[in-house]
Amino acid sequence: MTARMPIYLDYSATTPVDKRVAAKMIPFLTEDFGNAASRSHPYGWTAEKAVENARDEVAKLVHADPREIVWTSGATESNNLAIKGAAHFYQDKGKHIITMQTEHKAVIDAFRELERQGFEATYLAPEADGLLSLDKFRAAIRPDTVLASVMLVNNEIGVIQDIETIGNICRENGVIFHVDAAQATGKVHIDLEKLPVDLMSFSAHKTYGPKGVGALYVRRKPRVRLEAQMHGGGHERGLRSGTLATHQIVGMGEAFRIAREEMDLENARIRRLRDRLLAGLQEIDETYVNGDLKNRVPHNLNISFNYVEGESLIMAVKDIAVSSGSACTSASLEPSYVLRAIGRSDELAHSSIRFSIGRFTTEEDVDYTIELMKSKIGKLRELSPLWEMHLDGVDISKVEWAAH
Amino acid sequence: MDTQAIYFDNNGTTALDQRVLETMLPYLSAQSGNATSRHIFGRSSRQAIERAREQVADATGAHPSQVIFTGSGTEADNLAICGITAKNGFEKIAVSAIEHPAITRAAQSMKAHGVVIESIAADTQGKITIDALQDLLSSGNDDKSIGLISVMLANNETGAIQDLASIAEIARKQHAFVHTDAVQALGKMKVDFAELNVHAMSLSSHKISGPQGAGALILDKRVDIQPLLLGGGQERGLRSGSENVAAIVGFGAACELISRELIQRIGSVRQLRDQLEKGLVKLGAVIFGHGADRLANTSFFAFEGIEGETLVMALDRKGFAVASGSACSSDSTEPSHVLMAMGVDEDLARGAIRVSLSNVNTAAQIEAFLLVLEGELSRLRRLTAIAV
Repeated sequence: MTARMPIYLDYSATTPVDKRVAAKMIPFLTEDFGNAASRSHPYGWTAEKAVENARDEVAKLVHADPREIVWTSGATESNNLAIKGAAHFYQDKGKHIITMQTEHKAVIDAFRELERQGFEATYLAPEADGLLSLDKFRAAIRPDTVLASVMLVNNEIGVIQDIETIGNICRENGVIFHVDAAQATGKVHIDLEKLPVDLMSFSAHKTYGPKGVGALYVRRKPRVRLEAQMHGGGHERGLRSGTLATHQIVGMGEAFRIAREEMDLENARIRRLRDRLLAGLQEIDETYVNGDLKNRVPHNLNISFNYVEGESLIMAVKDIAVSSGSACTSASLEPSYVLRAIGRSDELAHSSIRFSIGRFTTEEDVDYTIELMKSKIGKLRELSPLWEMHLDGVDISKVEWAAH
Repeated sequence: MDTQAIYFDNNGTTALDQRVLETMLPYLSAQSGNATSRHIFGRSSRQAIERAREQVADATGAHPSQVIFTGSGTEADNLAICGITAKNGFEKIAVSAIEHPAITRAAQSMKAHGVVIESIAADTQGKITIDALQDLLSSGNDDKSIGLISVMLANNETGAIQDLASIAEIARKQHAFVHTDAVQALGKMKVDFAELNVHAMSLSSHKISGPQGAGALILDKRVDIQPLLLGGGQERGLRSGSENVAAIVGFGAACELISRELIQRIGSVRQLRDQLEKGLVKLGAVIFGHGADRLANTSFFAFEGIEGETLVMALDRKGFAVASGSACSSDSTEPSHVLMAMGVDEDLARGAIRVSLSNVNTAAQIEAFLLVLEGELSRLRRLTAIAV
């Protein structure tokens, strides 16, 4: 198959819905349209049964009890419910909360809101490889710490945090532990029977399911309590009211079933593609991989190309759909806060590209991308006085620029 | 589903219109991008969302910039009640006695933040009384004035329609913000945000033959509001989370159909409802809110001495899907809070059954329903007689 235009390499922003998932969803958009809360007729019962089957599938992927899965409208809602819900419920125990500077906006902004409400928050910086220092984490815990939130897989640089150890530190200190796993499902194995995690957020549309649905894992043993953030009909055992979108939930269940059955094979294939892409791009001078390569999902490659200007770079590579920074902040021209947090300069942060590979990426796609990047970066650098100075042996970082 | 039940529960949820489904399919199957992404996949999702925003605005007499997409009507209600109250620091708000739980429970949750919740009483026909509202708004028994009132445009159980424009006028005189839950009204009557003169209005997609998973809050931009969901800053920062493109597109398409077909829909469904109620009265039914302006598709009724749940189950076995109250509370056996607010006798209220029709229903179905109902009623009455 020849390369499609433009080539989609932005699977971390969203994934296409797998055809098998769409096929499962369609009947619930047509004949089986009931409201899962309707208890008086079979339309409702059919919907409810489908919702519960999907709950089983989501639970199975992460080795949880189905009763520990609460449906939401997406990972943003899951993160908001987990963080605000737990902090509010346990605020009498203490008002200190901990997270990382490199978390998704949904976590950071929920923390900011809690700060406005009188909580004290610590935002830990990652090491240069993007990973959280366990010593620094341990040192940040105080007697009044009630909640910590650390993401499993980073959306921009794909690094995998040591959730098990972090969770154990939380357990030793009686701290509720939330993990944003939106970018992790189908990419890393998650076993909540073993992992000391209290709350975990999931999204469907990052794992070939539909947009508009997610889930929150809420541990039953030992039980974690939450204050509901959305009130009404008392759906989801009162934790999250609102009519369940049956077709979307069915889609998430099917997407997670496929992930469970196919992830090992799929990840091996994707790793080969990513390594091929990495090897190709590293033939270009002055490229810097952002984030640790070892503790990283195979789907992600985040690279900064030195001596090219970020916006021109994006314009130059329109034949591939990629992201510079996370999709949720890509409307702004601010350099990525994640890359800044791992110590990248503004210039390198600006000239970074996140390539994210997925189920439908082919070897041709990767080869095309390598050639495109080589040729475009070559052209941009030909025009760049900075590149010329670099070739002449000038250390740009030491140049003192005069104001005009 | 293997049964061929006749669906009379359209206030619970509606079947998706085939034409709506077709607009959604490209976003469920092809590569639809994250609407925040800047590449072509993201931009085409963004365009689809903005088109839907115009369709929703056009169907509701609003401006596209006033439309905030949410994940459901419940979320829109929570956003309005909690968000406006918190952001403006209101110490007292009032909600009517016949609201959906999404309103009453959202309001109750604000009690924890020290907010006083007042209830606006309804009359025996399920209409809130202007006098009660006047009294509440001008009552000076404490220093706190009411910052926000919420009155639903059309009730989910009785279908009773409130005179929102008058209510808004009174509230505005007292400098209170007005929210209306128009989830049940949309698609069944004319809904015009500008004419209603309210500050905020909740909508839901799955009640208007659109998909589940989308709703909206129409908001006067001069009203400050605290978001419920924080994060990526979507919907002007008022509702974060990757947009549910397919559901939003479907919601927009369903709204466009309303713009085109509303008058015809109301006319045909009203005929069916009148045919139904004529038969119900003959069988001895008490029809709740009969004297009020009601949605053309809704009939809420009871038969003296007949338990609602029992009758609903009996009708279900005969292939008719009806509700015994609102779906959200159909888990509980408490009598409807709406009927309690209307002063209906508790035993009679326990007999309440709701039939809510749509355009796909037919006169033949109504006829068949009345026949089955007559049979079931006499069977149940015989059983009751034996039990006594």
